[in-house]
Amino acid sequence: MSVEHESFKPTIVAFCCNWCSYAGADLAGSGRMQYPANVKIIKVPCSCRVNPTFVLRAFQRGADGVIMCGCHPGDCHYSTGNYYTRRRMTMLFDFLDFLGIERGRTRVEWVSAAEGARFASVMNDFVKNVTELGPNRKITDLRTKPEHKEGE
Amino acid sequence: MQRIGVFICWCGSNIAATVDVKKVAAAALNEPGVVFSADYQYMCSASGQGLVKDAIREKGLTGVVVCSCSPRMHEATFRKAAESCGLNPYMVEIANIREHCSWIHKDVAEGTEKAVILMRAAVAKVNLNQSLVAGKSDVVKRALVIGGGIAGIQTALDIAEAGYEVDIVEKKPTIGGKMAQLDKTFPTLDCSACILTPKMVDAAAHDKIKIYSYSEVESVSGFVGNFTAKIRKKARFVKEDLCTGCGLCTEKCPSRKTPNEFNEGMNTRSAIYIPFAQAVPKYAVIDPAACLHFKTGKCGLCERTCDAKAVDYNQKDETIERKYGAIVVATGYNVIKLDNFGEYGYTENPDVITSLELERIMNAAGPTGGALLRPSDKTHPQKIVFVQCVGSRGQRPCDKPYCSKICCMYTAKHAMLIREKYPDTEVYVFYIDVRTPGKNFEEFYRRAVEQYGVHYVKGQVGKVAENAGKLRVYGSDLLMNEQIVIDADLVVLAAAIEPDESAKKIATMLTTGIDTNNFLTEAHPKLRPVESATAGIFLSGVCQGPKDIPETVSQASAAAVKVIGLLAKDQITCNPCVARSDELLCNGCSSCEKVCPYGAITYIDKEVNDHGKREVRRIASVNEAVCQGCGACTVACPSGAMDLKGFTNKQIMAEVDAICR
Ligand SMILES: Cc1cc2nc3c(=O)[nH]c(=O)nc-3n(C[C@H](O)[C@H](O)[C@H](O)COP(=O)(O)OP(=O)(O)OC[C@H]3O[C@@H](n4cnc5c(N)ncnc54)[C@H](O)[C@@H]3O)c2cc1C
Ligand code: SF4
Ligand code: SF4
Repeated sequence: MSVEHESFKPTIVAFCCNWCSYAGADLAGSGRMQYPANVKIIKVPCSCRVNPTFVLRAFQRGADGVIMCGCHPGDCHYSTGNYYTRRRMTMLFDFLDFLGIERGRTRVEWVSAAEGARFASVMNDFVKNVTELGPNRKITDLRTKPEHKEGE
Repeated sequence: MQRIGVFICWCGSNIAATVDVKKVAAAALNEPGVVFSADYQYMCSASGQGLVKDAIREKGLTGVVVCSCSPRMHEATFRKAAESCGLNPYMVEIANIREHCSWIHKDVAEGTEKAVILMRAAVAKVNLNQSLVAGKSDVVKRALVIGGGIAGIQTALDIAEAGYEVDIVEKKPTIGGKMAQLDKTFPTLDCSACILTPKMVDAAAHDKIKIYSYSEVESVSGFVGNFTAKIRKKARFVKEDLCTGCGLCTEKCPSRKTPNEFNEGMNTRSAIYIPFAQAVPKYAVIDPAACLHFKTGKCGLCERTCDAKAVDYNQKDETIERKYGAIVVATGYNVIKLDNFGEYGYTENPDVITSLELERIMNAAGPTGGALLRPSDKTHPQKIVFVQCVGSRGQRPCDKPYCSKICCMYTAKHAMLIREKYPDTEVYVFYIDVRTPGKNFEEFYRRAVEQYGVHYVKGQVGKVAENAGKLRVYGSDLLMNEQIVIDADLVVLAAAIEPDESAKKIATMLTTGIDTNNFLTEAHPKLRPVESATAGIFLSGVCQGPKDIPETVSQASAAAVKVIGLLAKDQITCNPCVARSDELLCNGCSSCEKVCPYGAITYIDKEVNDHGKREVRRIASVNEAVCQGCGACTVACPSGAMDLKGFTNKQIMAEVDAICR
C-alpha cells in the first residue's frame, strides 16, 4: 500500500431507512461500536425512496462509495419497499460497473433496528473495500473537487 | 432565502468530549442561510429549548437545525418547541451528531469534522424545507388483541373497562394461555387457576369484549387509527350458539388416543374435546385428524349424543373482516423443543420431563390427579434432580443466548412445593447462577434453601443416563470443585422459553420489528417499552421478552393505557410527509399506482393550465390520509412528477451535495 493510499479517506454516503437501519445505526452509537468517520448517513423513510439519480449525484459530486441500508426482506415497514430497492439497485450497480464504478463502491445491505453490531461491521467492511479501491475518478465532475478549484 | 438558526448540543460530555461544539457553531455561520448559531450543555432541557424559542422570536428564524442526539430521541421535542412560538414544526431538522458521530468516534478532530459535515447537510436540507400541514384522520374506536393469554386478557379487560370495544383473537379453542396450565404461582404460591379463571370469565362476560377463539388473524391493512383485519375463524364443527359445553359428546367419543395438549401430552383426549374444565369459551371442538367421521365417514356418535344439536360436520372456516383503531400483540411464548439436547436424554426417557410437564403432574386436574408420580411406572420419586438453564444462556446453535428469566423462580417453587407435600423426597437443583431480582423473590428462594432444605448445587449437568430403573445424573459441583453422581428417580429440565412460532409472521403482517431471537421489538427499550415502532401497534406480555406473571400483567395494563390514549382521540394527526404529484409533469402512466403498497394513488381527469394551454388530463392523485410516505412511487415515476414532502428529490440531493462537498 502506498503512503498516498493509506492516508486516503474515502467519502461515503449511506442512505438509511428510518425504521430499521437508521435505528440500527443509532443502536451502534449507543453501544459505542466504532466505525470510520467517513460514513455520513442520510435518513430516508424507506430504502425505496432512494432514487438512482441520488446515487449518480453522489458519485458525480465526488463520493467514493455509496451504500443503502434497509429492513430485512419481508420486514419492510411499508411491506414491499426493500424489494423495489433490491431490483432497482441491482440494475443500477451493473450499469455503474459498466461505467467504471466498481461493484465494491456500491452496496445494498439489510440491517434491522436490533442489529447495531451488524451496522458497525457492515460499515467497517464497506469502508475497507472502498479504501482499497482508492479514489473514485469516474463520472466525477472535477469542477466539484477542491484540488481542481484551486488550480482554476 | 431562509433565516436559519443552528443549535449545537453538548449533551453534557456525550457530544462535547468528541466534538468541538464551538467550532461547529462557528462553521455554521459560514453556511448559506444561517443567521445565528449557539451551543449549549443540554439543548433538550427547558432552558435549552428556551434558547431555541428566543432565537426564533428575536432573530425571526424561518428554519432551525439542532445538532444533537438522534431525531428518534428529540425531533418531536424541538418541533413542538418551534411550533409553540409560531414556526412550522417541519422547518426543524436534526443533525445526529451523537449516535452517528461522537459516540462512535474517539478522535476530536475527526469527530468535529464529521459533525460539521452533518450540520451542513441538515442546513442544506432546511434551506429547501417548506411548511407542512398535517391532515387529520378518524380513529376507529375498537382495539384488536392478538393472543388470549394472561397478557391479552388483562389488556382487553383494561381497555373494555375504559369503555372501548375490544376483540381478542386466540388461536387455541380457549383463552388462558400458559398460565392456565400452571399449578401454583410464585412468589405467593396462590393457585394459578384461582386467579386466572375469574379473569377469563370476566373477559367473556364483558359487553365490550368479543372473543374469537380458535381463530387467527390472516392479514392486516391500513394504518394507525384505521386498520382492517381479516380474521379466520377455524371450523370447530360445533355450533357455538348451540353448544352448552356439557361435555357429553367427549365421553361418548370412541376415538380417545390423541395426546392431550393441555396436559403436555402426558395423557390422551377424545377427538371431540373441551380443552379443560374451565375453558373460555366452553364449547366442544372436533379435531378432524382424530375424528372417525372425518377419517372413515362412519361413526357420528357425537352428533347423535348431542341433545343441543350443536355438532355440524359440514362447518367451514369463516373469514371475518373488522376495523380497528389499535392492535395489541400478546402472542406469548412456548417452551423450546429438547430434541437437540441429547445429554439429558429427554426424548428417550419418560422420567426426564420439562418443568411445564411437572406443573401438569402437580396440578389436581392434571394426568395424575395432582399426585407426584413419575411417568414411567407411576411410582413416587424419592430423589429428584432439577436442571436449570436448559437451552438458556448458551452459545451452541440449539441454545438461546438470553436468560429465560422465570426458571430460577419456578424451580425454587417446584422444589419447595415438593418438599412441603412430600418431606421424604430429596431435591437437588443444578444452577449456573440463581437469579431472583423481584419483589419478595430472593426471600422466596432463601426459604427453599433454608426452610425446605433443597440442595442447591452450583454447576452443570453433563449427562443423564438410564441405569437400573434410575436416572444417573453426572454433574459438577463448582464450589466443591468435584464431580458428583446422583441416582435420581425423576429429572426436571427448566427448558428455555422462546416466542410463539407465529411471532415472525405477525411481525411481518404488522410491519413491525422483531429481534434476532424473534421477540417483538419495542419502540424504545427504556422510554417506550409497550409500543412497537409502528404507530398503533402495541406489545403485551412475553412476546416482547421473557417475563413472569406480575411483569406480564403490568406490561399488559401499560399497553392498554397506550391504546386507550389513542382510542380517546376522535381524530389523529397524519404524517404530512406524503407523496404529491406535479400535475403539469404527470402523464398519467400509472407507474406509481402499481408500486404503492397502500393503494393511495388514484387517477383523476382534471383540467390543467399548462403554460396557458388549458386541457383535461388524466393525472395521479394521492389520498393523503392513506399515503404512508414510503416514497416508492417517487422513484417509479418516469416523468419526475411524483415527489415526497419532507424528503423531496431536491432536499436529498442537497444533502448529498453537502456531504460530498
Ligand atoms: C413451567 C413454568 C412455570 C411458570 N410459573 C410461573 C409462576 O409461578 N409465576 C409467574 O409469575 N410466572 C410463571 N411462569 C411464567 C408465565 O407462564 C408467563 O409469565 C405468562 O404465561 C405470560 O403470559 P402471556 O400472555 O404473555 O403468554 P402466553 O401465556 O403464552 O399466552 C399467549 C396466548 O396467545 C396465543 N397465541 C399465540 N400466537 C397466536 C396467534 N398468532 N394468534 C392468536 N393467538 C395466538 C396462545 O395460544 C396463548 O393463548 C411460568 C412459566 C413456565 C414455563
Ligand atoms: S409515498 Fe407513494 S407509494 Fe408510498 S404510500 Fe405514499 S403514495 Fe403510496
Ligand atoms: S408515475 Fe408519475 S407520471 Fe406516472 S402517473 Fe404516477 S405521478 Fe403521474
